[in-house]
Amino acid sequence: MADSILALEGLRKRFGGLTVTDDVSLSVAPRGIHAVIGPNGAGKTTLIHQISGTLRPDAGQIRFAGREVTHLPLHRRARLGLARSFQITAVLPGFSALENVALAVQAGAGSSFRFFRPAAGEARLNAAAMAALEQVGLAPRAGVKAGALSHGEKRQLELAIALALRPKLLLLDEPLAGAGPEETERLILLLGRLKADYAILLVEHDMQAVFALAEAVSVLVYGRLIASGAPEAIRADPAVRAAYLGEDA
Amino acid sequence: MARWREAALPLLLFALLGAAPWIGFGEGYVLTLLARAMILGIAALGLHLLVGGAGLVSLGHAALLGLGAYAVVALDAARITEALWVAPAAIGGGALFALLTGAVAVRTSGVQFIMITLAFAQMAFFTAGSLSVYGGDDGYTLYGRTEILGRRWLEDRLVFHYLCLGLLAASWGLVVAILASRFGRVLRAARENALRVAALGFNPAPYRLLAYVIAGGMAGLAGALLANATEFVAPSYLAWQRSGDLLFMVILGGLGAPHGAVLGALAIVLLEEWLGHWTAHWRLIFGPLLILSVLFLKGGLAGLPAQLRGAGRG
Ligand SMILES: Nc1ncnc2c1ncn2[C@@H]1O[C@H](COP(=O)(O)OP(=O)(O)OP(=O)(O)O)[C@@H](O)[C@H]1O
Ligand SMILES: [Mg+2]
Repeated sequence: MADSILALEGLRKRFGGLTVTDDVSLSVAPRGIHAVIGPNGAGKTTLIHQISGTLRPDAGQIRFAGREVTHLPLHRRARLGLARSFQITAVLPGFSALENVALAVQAGAGSSFRFFRPAAGEARLNAAAMAALEQVGLAPRAGVKAGALSHGEKRQLELAIALALRPKLLLLDEPLAGAGPEETERLILLLGRLKADYAILLVEHDMQAVFALAEAVSVLVYGRLIASGAPEAIRADPAVRAAYLGEDA
Repeated sequence: MARWREAALPLLLFALLGAAPWIGFGEGYVLTLLARAMILGIAALGLHLLVGGAGLVSLGHAALLGLGAYAVVALDAARITEALWVAPAAIGGGALFALLTGAVAVRTSGVQFIMITLAFAQMAFFTAGSLSVYGGDDGYTLYGRTEILGRRWLEDRLVFHYLCLGLLAASWGLVVAILASRFGRVLRAARENALRVAALGFNPAPYRLLAYVIAGGMAGLAGALLANATEFVAPSYLAWQRSGDLLFMVILGGLGAPHGAVLGALAIVLLEEWLGHWTAHWRLIFGPLLILSVLFLKGGLAGLPAQLRGAGRG
């Protein structure tokens, strides 16, 4: 599709004898949430890794924002507007929450080969970072070292970092994992707001959240896409019910 | 202001070094020791940028210093002693060696980085030993100290003392500024999590390489000063034991703040000398002292005031 922000074509990845991505073709619209669901070990994180550039696919093509990016390294794809959160939180523990986000702002604000002016004093970077923290509701914790934040707060921080990159596509790998009930509610509200402005590829196990949020759902089982479409259609799909949703739907 | 409090201790340290000749440390051999400590402090500051800033542990830093010293030798052998030539050659020599070897080394990290820097340093060490024009293993005695605009100022002990101090303070300021800058922020972030930094769109390699080159230039400068201090250069300047000493200075001094490297250099040079006077078996005492300090000084010597305050309260 010409109007999609991300298009995967015939993507394949094997780990030894195990096929983890099996001929996956998928396209993601430029706005709204596209959820990828599937049982543990289905290959969701591996798929995200290939899209973000952490892993190379064995075959297939990845087009992002009208460009073929299959062979671009992670940092080049990030520059094109691909932002990701990590399933296992990867904030910088020794940096304050604000500085974590300010570094992301810095990535899009001119050269970082500047040597003499203290970066922590750059008002422009700090203001944009603060705005991103406010968006996720973490502004009151701006000065706290990221390593000292609660698990849920780290998830929020991951999101703020991704937002600060002002990306064209957000890859979110289980942003709700490990968050408490209130935090989950807050994050769902936030994702609901964000999808008006961003394309989001969301990997999530929380079915309630997925079906409340997503415009499109793709189901991955043993590396294969067994269905892809509107949430209602997925819910009704007999193959999906048999393979996966059985107890949940 | 927090920034002033962070600068207070290093500034006091530089003030003390500046006052040293006038408060009872003006004897020739004491000044020689202090100069040696300040010179190694400059190299250690560069190493701090790598270890404390970028998280790159180099076990070949003495080679960069040795290159600066051999730049002085090469020019001396060609009867060129003017600082306008010597200083750029020494700094450039260290930086160039860092650029060439770093292009390979910064692609790795951890143990691999240690081994690669060590291997390159050993190559430089054996090369220096085989340079028979410069005395080979026996080393090379300079015809004279470097001249500044044709004047032989460096022969004056006090001038040399304050030159070393000025360059030490400037090196400290440079490392502090770099670590706080945008560049330094990327460097520090890549130390904590390189994958995260790449996911933000930064390729860590050029940042690390440039840090390595800057540290190489600082080590080269230190090498030129050391050659002048001793008026003699030998391949042992590049030996891996010297690299280990520099690493010890940085770690004993504390990775939390750049002035730790200066404290570490002073502590090790002075302690070595003092224990050496006391007993011929000083290394037997020196070793355990270092081990104890690494075990009990969490933030190194630079972290000692905070640790004492914490203990006083707790
Ligand atoms: N680097 C690797 N080497 C070998 N096998 C791997 C590697 N990474 C993942 N796998 C395997 O690939 C399969 C898919 O893993 P992946 O992490 O993509 O699943 P997932 O759908 O994200 O699972 P979860 O829901 O538990 O997060 C699993 O069987 C996993 O053990
Ligand atoms: Mg996963």
